[in-house]
Amino acid sequence: MNEMTKLTAKDFATDQEVRWCPGCGDYAVLKAVQRTMPEIGARPESTVFVSGIGCSSRFPYYMETYGFHTIHGRAPTFATGIKLANPGLDVWIITGDGDALSIGGNHTMHLLRRNLDCQVLLFNNEIYGLTKGQYSPTSRVGTRSPSTPFGSVDRPASPCAFALGSGARFVARGIDVHKNLPEVLKAAHRHKGASFVEIYQNCIVYNDDVFAPFTAKENAGNQLWLGADQPMLFANGAKGLALDAEALTLKVVEVEGGDWEAAGVIVHNPRNRSIAHMLVEMPFGIFPTALGVIYEDPAPTFESAVVEQNRTASLGKNADLQALVSKGQTWMVNSEPHSI
Amino acid sequence: MATATHYLTPEESNAHPPLEAVVVRFAGDSGDGMQLTGGQFTLSTALAGNDLATFPDFPAEIRAPQGTTFGVSAFQINFGSSAVDTAGDSPDVLVAMNPAALKTNVADLKPGGLIIADVGEFGARNLAKAGYDANPLEDDSLAKWQLLAFNISQLTLDAVKPFGLGNKEALRCKNMWTLGLALWMFDRDRKPIEDWLRTKFAKAPELAEANIAALDAGHAYGETAEIGGQVHQHHIDPAPAAPGLYRTITGAEAISLGLVAGAQLAGLPMFFGGYPITPASAILHHLSRLKEYGVTTFQAEDEIAAIGSAIGAAYAGSLGVTSSSGPGIALKAEAMGLAIMTELPLVIINSQRGGPSTGLPTKTEQSDLYQAVYGRNGDAPMPVIAARSPADAFDCAIEACRIAVQYMTPVMLLTDGYIANAAEPWKVPRMDGYAPFPVAFHDEPPAEGESVNPYKRDEKLARVWIRPGTPGLMHRIGGIEKNVGTGHIDYSPDNHQTMTDIRAAKVMGVADGVPEQEIELGEAGGRLAVVGWGSTFGPIHQAVRRARGRGADVSHIHIRHIWPMPRNLGDMLRSYDRVIVPEMNKGQLKTVLRDQYLVDARPVTKVSGQPFKIAEIEAAIEEALG
Ligand code: SF4
Repeated sequence: MNEMTKLTAKDFATDQEVRWCPGCGDYAVLKAVQRTMPEIGARPESTVFVSGIGCSSRFPYYMETYGFHTIHGRAPTFATGIKLANPGLDVWIITGDGDALSIGGNHTMHLLRRNLDCQVLLFNNEIYGLTKGQYSPTSRVGTRSPSTPFGSVDRPASPCAFALGSGARFVARGIDVHKNLPEVLKAAHRHKGASFVEIYQNCIVYNDDVFAPFTAKENAGNQLWLGADQPMLFANGAKGLALDAEALTLKVVEVEGGDWEAAGVIVHNPRNRSIAHMLVEMPFGIFPTALGVIYEDPAPTFESAVVEQNRTASLGKNADLQALVSKGQTWMVNSEPHSI
Repeated sequence: MATATHYLTPEESNAHPPLEAVVVRFAGDSGDGMQLTGGQFTLSTALAGNDLATFPDFPAEIRAPQGTTFGVSAFQINFGSSAVDTAGDSPDVLVAMNPAALKTNVADLKPGGLIIADVGEFGARNLAKAGYDANPLEDDSLAKWQLLAFNISQLTLDAVKPFGLGNKEALRCKNMWTLGLALWMFDRDRKPIEDWLRTKFAKAPELAEANIAALDAGHAYGETAEIGGQVHQHHIDPAPAAPGLYRTITGAEAISLGLVAGAQLAGLPMFFGGYPITPASAILHHLSRLKEYGVTTFQAEDEIAAIGSAIGAAYAGSLGVTSSSGPGIALKAEAMGLAIMTELPLVIINSQRGGPSTGLPTKTEQSDLYQAVYGRNGDAPMPVIAARSPADAFDCAIEACRIAVQYMTPVMLLTDGYIANAAEPWKVPRMDGYAPFPVAFHDEPPAEGESVNPYKRDEKLARVWIRPGTPGLMHRIGGIEKNVGTGHIDYSPDNHQTMTDIRAAKVMGVADGVPEQEIELGEAGGRLAVVGWGSTFGPIHQAVRRARGRGADVSHIHIRHIWPMPRNLGDMLRSYDRVIVPEMNKGQLKTVLRDQYLVDARPVTKVSGQPFKIAEIEAAIEEALG
């Protein structure tokens, strides 16, 4: 393949049989990613998919790129080593709610705060699928599962709130089967630094339709798709989000005749961190679910800072091994050893 | 000592201990700067051409309460004009900066040995803190030793007065006063230490001058008659050593340099992922200053991230290295399994410390051998090598790099707290004397119609190393079992059997590329072999040398390659009537030897956090010979 070859989604698919349950949301995400690859100009040889453990973590086996299926929760650590060793590689981390927020929460936090240039796709299905259906750190209170037959009692983590709290500079959301997913992926790829994308993914076997209140066709009015400099409208433009300046919270307002300005609907500024926090934490039901690019404010990447420091610290020095071992306080012995 | 060529003379083997060797122990409060004093005394001793070995022994607490027995920090040095293998069994001279230091160390002092004590610190409060009812300097409880008690605190204050320091700062110069006295006692040059002080305090010249004044005052104190004839000046001739350039080196430095050398010999950039832990952090510190050698260091968020990043870097084509101590190694175990499964080169350094759990973080032990050889889920074979001394750690680090890249496997290098911190003279090697082992990445796309197989192997059974970024060779690896012929996921029974057998055979094959086991002292066949590994080298070697001097039929065998073991080791061990294995654990190498060779290896064990004494091993030899 040379630079000029025009690639298609098929060039990014392996010959391996895809082994998710029929109807699993992972299929849709895989298709979306494979479709996105040629559009962002990705080259198979310089793309690496790194995953942890879980249903979604099988993902790399289906991508005709380089791939590393690692251990539970630790994908960010391998990705960090890969990127530091070769900053030219385009690294994608595939993870799930248990992988990234339970066993691997620590690594997710540090990857985001360091701002390693990579894309983190967190497949959130609010359940442990691979181990047969236990509740996960994102499961809602009361989730009945094999390990919580009477319902879970602990409160769930919010992936995007976690990401923002960890210092992520790009936070977005998508839905497995939604046509907008490739656009979200492209935005994540465009962003230099750690791009965090939560993908609502339906686990048809253990947690079917858990997101239906906003993902089902008839509930699409509960999706708020954000666009930079666009008013925050949903329900086909009939509703919008406004700022309650007194309480410093968001509120839902009705929009009459398309006049959103009159209704006080605010315009999305992806650099506004405070609004981003509000958007990811608004309780569903009263509020819609915020989707698309919620927050984006680039900052220098970790690997570029490391490379730069390695470079400046090496300036004017040469890598003479003999000089290195001969350093420090030395002395000469001239006499011969005595012998018997 | 391990590096300089040394030929044993009859006098030496009869000497008990070697005649021209002296053991000095500096002991004081952890705030008294004893490690610094010891380090500088070591340097001056090395510069005087003596052979030496040291043993720094400090508390786990960074700032233990002042004056208490558990806050005592000590530094022992053994130096002489003949080969010195250990830090010495018992000191000839004990410098005790306070009652607690005296209390915790005096029992080790040789009968007739010399105590130098700072009277200024023997007030009621400090005596009580150390648990003394009466002042030992004043009753005759120290009668079997020589006692030299004077007010070092006051003498120091007098010496540094012209510099106008506060009382606290002025008293900090006590250690230099003491060092000055020690330098006089052993006829050492003060110049290098003055230079060092001037560099160290470049930003505060008055502190440099005050410390130098204290140093000079201590020296002058020895020279003038004030000591009353109790202390004599000793001159210890330089030890015979092979001609060449020498320097002192600690194990942590030697490992760092060895890794840099190993990466260069392999022609690779190095990636080091680490997380702070005692006593392994020094390696991270050293390497983080060597960026011009193509070294990238990464202080990770935890031990798992440290190894994960190193494996990631290895996947991307760097020499991956991680380092820790027992508890951290335990955390890395799952990732080691992944490196074994994906067959990526990785060097893992374990600076062992007392265990289990947090155990004794600053004390030394060899109790992670089982962990290194067996400590992973599944059949997960991994080569293990062990350094015997600070200087030997350099070659061991290079060897670990070589095995890792030539066999595409993680390798564990075992060292310990003693080796990491102790210093010894090192004959600076000629780097062009090391054979390079350049890595050839696989970059040829498969023929038309064939698919990429990342598990294609060479005659050593090492798989191909393909760097991401290489066109036409995209492939996926991971922790799930892979097909022997295609590298795709394969759970089938026969395939798992085959892959497990290959992984085991590959690692056992490492033995084909390492030299046969040699006998350090003695000959094959005979009544007794003393088999050791790691930092017990010094005491075992001296003990065997002395026993042989007395005519005993005993040999010393010291194993570097713990897994797989050298090809001839079984036959060698079976050629002796008896085999004893001294180690600082409850008998771990012993178990492996029994398992591998069905020999009746008997354990000689010690887990007190202190190295073996020569006398302890001599006693074990005598007992074994009956
Ligand atoms: S268990 Fe759920 S998440 Fe896993 S493959 Fe099946 S449907 Fe998908």
